[in-house]
Amino acid sequence: MSAISGNKIKSFFRSARTRNALTAYLFISPWVIGFLFFMGGPIIASLVLSFFRWDLLSPPQFIGLANFTNLFKKTDLFVPSMIVTFKYVIIAVPASQILALGLALLLNQKVRFRGFFRTIFYLPSVVSGVAASVIWMWLYDAQYGVIDNLLKLVGITGPNWLFSKDLALWSLIIMSLWSVGVPMVVYLAALQNLPQELYEAAELDNAGGWTTFWNLTVPLISPAILFNLVIGTIFGIQTFAQPYLMTNGGPVNSTMFVGLHLYEVGFHYLQMGGGSAIAWILFVIITVLTVLQLRLANRWVYYESQ
Amino acid sequence: MSPPSHGTASKQQRAQVSRDRLHAILFGNRFRTGIFKQILIYLLLIILSALFLLPFYWMVNTSLKTPDQLFAIPPVWFPHPSAWDNYVHVMTISLGPQYPTVLRSALNTLIITINGLIATLFSSSLVAYAFARMEFPGKKILFLGILGTLMVPFSVIMIPQFILWKQVNWLDTYWPLIIPQWFGGAWNIFLMRQFFMTIPKEYDEAALMEGGSRWDIYWRIILPLSRPVMAAVAVFAFVFFWNDFLNPLIILVTPIKFTLTMFLVNFGMMYQYIQWQLWMAASVIIILPCLILFFFTQNLFLSGINITGVRK
Repeated sequence: MSAISGNKIKSFFRSARTRNALTAYLFISPWVIGFLFFMGGPIIASLVLSFFRWDLLSPPQFIGLANFTNLFKKTDLFVPSMIVTFKYVIIAVPASQILALGLALLLNQKVRFRGFFRTIFYLPSVVSGVAASVIWMWLYDAQYGVIDNLLKLVGITGPNWLFSKDLALWSLIIMSLWSVGVPMVVYLAALQNLPQELYEAAELDNAGGWTTFWNLTVPLISPAILFNLVIGTIFGIQTFAQPYLMTNGGPVNSTMFVGLHLYEVGFHYLQMGGGSAIAWILFVIITVLTVLQLRLANRWVYYESQ
Repeated sequence: MSPPSHGTASKQQRAQVSRDRLHAILFGNRFRTGIFKQILIYLLLIILSALFLLPFYWMVNTSLKTPDQLFAIPPVWFPHPSAWDNYVHVMTISLGPQYPTVLRSALNTLIITINGLIATLFSSSLVAYAFARMEFPGKKILFLGILGTLMVPFSVIMIPQFILWKQVNWLDTYWPLIIPQWFGGAWNIFLMRQFFMTIPKEYDEAALMEGGSRWDIYWRIILPLSRPVMAAVAVFAFVFFWNDFLNPLIILVTPIKFTLTMFLVNFGMMYQYIQWQLWMAASVIIILPCLILFFFTQNLFLSGINITGVRK
């Protein structure tokens, strides 16, 4: 009996399909191992950690849900930091999309030096967040900054951008519009793939430019819009270098992004448990937001094949 | 523009269409789109370009100023004489006895960048190969899993990862910045898979008939045919490693090991009053490699984004 089942096992392993599958698993094993160690493992670990108080020095201490309930205390920065982050995402992400699409539409016209202009618009996107922050701090300087000095030329007294409680977040939003290269290229590619016949038909119908844009162009590039919105939101929520360098979360926590807050809790105050609780709530919120965006997409995104 | 009315084209509208056609025949398409529209487009492009270039210009301009020119009001637009020695100063200065010079930081960054680059190119292409050209149970779910990890921000996993590195005693080394790259990056896997799928499957089948192994196909057929996508991933990865800040900030403790972005941050903080002309010169030095790389490999950046595409 055992000989038969042994043969079965042997033939199972000898079958081409099985061997093929095993080889495939071998090929993808780096990702699977990496996922377990650097992504899945840490996500579960941070859930466990969030029930402990641990400063890395003394042994961890189980404290139940205290890390989570503490987050919602009046004095805690978590809720304000979430509000700041969402305000930023809700304004900066759509604004970037409008600018990126506008630039792509301009570049999609019959213009000379298209490549030249495209290079200029993309250039800021290869500059690191750190260097961009340093440059913009100087641009925003109230006394010697170029922005306020240009405003002075047209008779406006410029504000003290980064040091104003009301304007600091707006300063970071305006700055974010400088690096729209990636969404711009995505839109440009989408625009260049548009079927020309439909536009000729629209022209014969005597549809105006604006109507054509809303009723034809926008639906046809809606997959690109969805893609850019999802990616933009995920990156927006992670904003770190800019507030860390330019405002340190201030003034009066008006630019205390959740990414910066998490960094401070984890690595300044060494609250591994408290930081993990924040990380987990953030994880859940991002997952819900992404699923929501993809679900809602069925209502407005148009896929040609359907 | 008149509101469109579909179907019932009035006499007037038909007349308009034929007038437009006549116009097109007489003056060509270019003229019909309107000379004013053309001018408007160029005007917008030029104004926007100026706005996008202004921060770069102001950085370079400031980096060439003397302290007097720096605080002149109204600001100096063309510093003359130009203070080139600001660059000499930045290149030679060290923030303290244990701190690296800009060149040493650049070397540190380069070590991480090159190692990370090789690691992610190799591991991501292996994984992408299996997803693009092999059949196995669970393929769909696993691929969705890879796409799903794109949604997980680094901040969510940085604390447990930090603890992991502490446990294996790798804090303050470059290993935590390099080793994870040997396990494939979701973005890169996705990009490469899209490209690999465009290579005809007959190549694989022919190689298998000849008795070649899957490894042979990957190494001898797919990789040599995939130079465009490998190069595209490489330029993106270069920019990513070069610009990375949060990860080295958490991991590295000993100043001599600091990367360029950390150098730039520390550089600004070392003076009692910020020396903007020096800080801008340092910024120029640090972003220049990425700008040059982009300038000469633009098409790779563009094709990289386009391969990702927006298809599901």
